[in-house]
Amino acid sequence: MDLLLFGIPALVAIVGAIAMLLSRNAVHSALYLLLNFAAISVLYLLLQAPFLFATQLIIYAGAIIVLFLFVVMLLGAERDEQTPHANPWQNRGAIVGGVLLLVELALLYVNNPGTIPIAANLDDGFAAPTEIAKALFTTHLLPFEIASFVLLTALIGVVVLHQRRS
Amino acid sequence: MVSTLMYVALSAFLFVIGVLGVTLRKSALMVFMSVELMLNAANLTLVAFANQWKSVDAQIMVFFVITIAAAEVAVGLALLVMIFRRKNTTDIDLMNTLRG
Repeated sequence: MDLLLFGIPALVAIVGAIAMLLSRNAVHSALYLLLNFAAISVLYLLLQAPFLFATQLIIYAGAIIVLFLFVVMLLGAERDEQTPHANPWQNRGAIVGGVLLLVELALLYVNNPGTIPIAANLDDGFAAPTEIAKALFTTHLLPFEIASFVLLTALIGVVVLHQRRS
Repeated sequence: MVSTLMYVALSAFLFVIGVLGVTLRKSALMVFMSVELMLNAANLTLVAFANQWKSVDAQIMVFFVITIAAAEVAVGLALLVMIFRRKNTTDIDLMNTLRG
């Protein structure tokens, strides 16, 4: 049962990611990425992170994907990949590098099955939204304020970038 | 029984797909999407270990990563729109004006 609850969203996440990589149309890619984000948010729920589950759905699936779709449709750049890479070795190198990374991952997984203890799936509510808020507004108050400045800077930067110069 | 290692393996796999997306795709939009996928993979690892050690700090870090990702996407897509207006393409191989 446990394995099934993990396996279904994990499978959906993997399928979404691979379909995003292989899809020729940028709009389809963005929608597959949305599927992947939704699956990952379900995994957050399984990992007892309800606050991040909601944040992931609202910010990633809601805001970021909509922004991507909006820009793709605004530019009409759905199929902007007619020619191959200028450097022909880039594709081969990328595939070899990716396969090497996967082999390394498989070796690590096979060789160290016991080093990381099994996650205790007791629902003790250690990361309930109230606990997150407590940590965010006491211990991590300074990064929180800095994050607000970063967002303000991004906002001003975007406005300045799109100013019409007369 | 689901171990933390399985979550870490899943996130590593998603990260590899993100790396492949950055290197294989030519559209700057697709490169952006792959970067988002890699950020999500890293977040999944953080949440998995937060669950293992019952610590809330890693989840706070994921919260900040999501915040910065939102800011990064806003600025990046604005830049992309500006480049598209000038060059009429999103092909990263053609964005080589600063090349030495």
